[in-house]
Amino acid sequence: MLTAETIHRLQEVARAIRRDIIEMVYRANSGHIGGSLGAADLLTCLYFHVMRHRPSQPDWADRDRFILSKGHCSPVLYATLARCGYFPAEDLQQFRRTGSHLQGHPYAPKTPGVDVSTGTLGLGISTGGGMALAAKLRGQHHRVFILCGDGEIQEGQAWEAAMFANKYKLDNIIGFVDRNYLQTDGYSEDIMPLDPLRPKWEAFGWRTLQIDGHDLRAIIGAIDEVPSHPGKPTMIILRTVKGKGVSFMENEAMWHGTPPNQDQYERAMQELADA
Amino acid sequence: MPEWKHTRQGYADALIELARRDDRILVLDSDVAKATKTCDFEVVFPDRFFNCGVQEGNMMCVAAGLALEGYIPFATTFATFAAFRAGDMVRNAIAYPKLNVKIGATHAGITTGGDGASHQCNEDIAVMRALPNMTVLVPGDYEESRQATLAAASMYGPVYLRFGRDVYPVVEELHDGFAIGKAKLLRRGDDLTIVTTGILVSEGLAAAETLEGEGIATRVLHLPTVKPLDEEALLRAARETRGFVTVEEHNILGGLGEAVAALVSLHHPRPVARVGVRDVFGESGQASELLDLYHLRAAHIVSSAHAVLAPALR
Repeated sequence: MLTAETIHRLQEVARAIRRDIIEMVYRANSGHIGGSLGAADLLTCLYFHVMRHRPSQPDWADRDRFILSKGHCSPVLYATLARCGYFPAEDLQQFRRTGSHLQGHPYAPKTPGVDVSTGTLGLGISTGGGMALAAKLRGQHHRVFILCGDGEIQEGQAWEAAMFANKYKLDNIIGFVDRNYLQTDGYSEDIMPLDPLRPKWEAFGWRTLQIDGHDLRAIIGAIDEVPSHPGKPTMIILRTVKGKGVSFMENEAMWHGTPPNQDQYERAMQELADA
Repeated sequence: MPEWKHTRQGYADALIELARRDDRILVLDSDVAKATKTCDFEVVFPDRFFNCGVQEGNMMCVAAGLALEGYIPFATTFATFAAFRAGDMVRNAIAYPKLNVKIGATHAGITTGGDGASHQCNEDIAVMRALPNMTVLVPGDYEESRQATLAAASMYGPVYLRFGRDVYPVVEELHDGFAIGKAKLLRRGDDLTIVTTGILVSEGLAAAETLEGEGIATRVLHLPTVKPLDEEALLRAARETRGFVTVEEHNILGGLGEAVAALVSLHHPRPVARVGVRDVFGESGQASELLDLYHLRAAHIVSSAHAVLAPALR
């Protein structure tokens, strides 16, 4: 049962992660803020409530896996992992710096808690397909969570992977599309239309839901009912706001990959402190 | 006359051998199982064979996912699809994180024949050897292909295995002492070194025979591993002979020849002539015709040997 107290605790974690994201990208003077802020609620739910994992044992065989297929949103993943205790929070200050284990895009061999190296778009569902298949072959019961961007699934390989997961009945995959309608060059439906998105996934054989990607109860509830649908992979379309939590960054494509200046940084931190 | 056999059959036979003794071995194919011969594996191990359909990029990443979970997947397709169609996935999902994925690439080189240039991949070695962490194996006949496949499974890390489409001469001299990263000394000689990789080894040996008849003592070093290069064997040849002719069924750009030239030019400069496809796309035809047409025969190796030795003989 999700108590109001639990939800409040998760909201506070998400707010702290958002502050970390702003701090990291400001310090590195590069990185992807908008999509990271937009995914903070999902990662909070996953790592602080849903997933079975052990920060002290990152390679625990029965842990749930997570793939940040939209690898450019590494700040949200790194901040989440640090707050879980996979590595010290001070490491976040070294994001994108030489000698750091925090590469611009997730690199599993270097960073504790990163399951899969990503960066080039459209690959995560495929890799997750391999991991989910491996779990089936071994009779393991963990789940493979995959987060894709909406612009990302313009890549044809996302749909190759969709076919594969359907063929092998990989019901241990729970995918998410971060549906914020914005990509690097602008509004997704101008750049390369994706709508109607839900029937596309359904036509590829996936059980598909669409929820508010900032409603923590809705996210956790949607994941909780997955086991009652055996034989099918699940795709949860998260309706999200890019830049969520910082008023002047919300729904602005320019915040896809632009670091904040000092004034913007201070205003963003102020907003997230007062929230 | 020697026996002729498919190198890709050596790959497929080795996969079955491997799977019998190691339950981590899995085979993926991309709707070319009948052509790559992995269909034989499917018959024996149907539950460990996964046909990914016409999805080479997806297949490479599925293999990456399986490797992350401790399996040893052999992702199988034609060379041009492995190196180019799925090149990004091989680079980013396999080579960069150094995953234990083996890539079985058949239909490499001009002898792919009738399918024409779209399928005759003469550029894959260049791409694969430029990838950090990647081991590149280019065996010369059926048996060496079998042994290369077994060896690939016994090392940790990504391996690119290159096979042809056609039948190729069985070369007895190749059948002993396969080790990744080691050259095979097939023939001794101190005037000239012919360096071969892949199925043109038989042409290299024939050329050495001809040169011997002319009084040119010709060493033949066969390199079934293009990366990592056996620097020791090559530098010894640089010290002990007067020049090199490299022989590969691949573009002269980016392949074995450039690797050898780069090595010896720094440590012990010697002339290096490269026999290979001369930076052109091929055309349809019989494999044997194409070897003539693209100057990949023993006679062309002999001419190149003369050119290499000409300054010394003058």
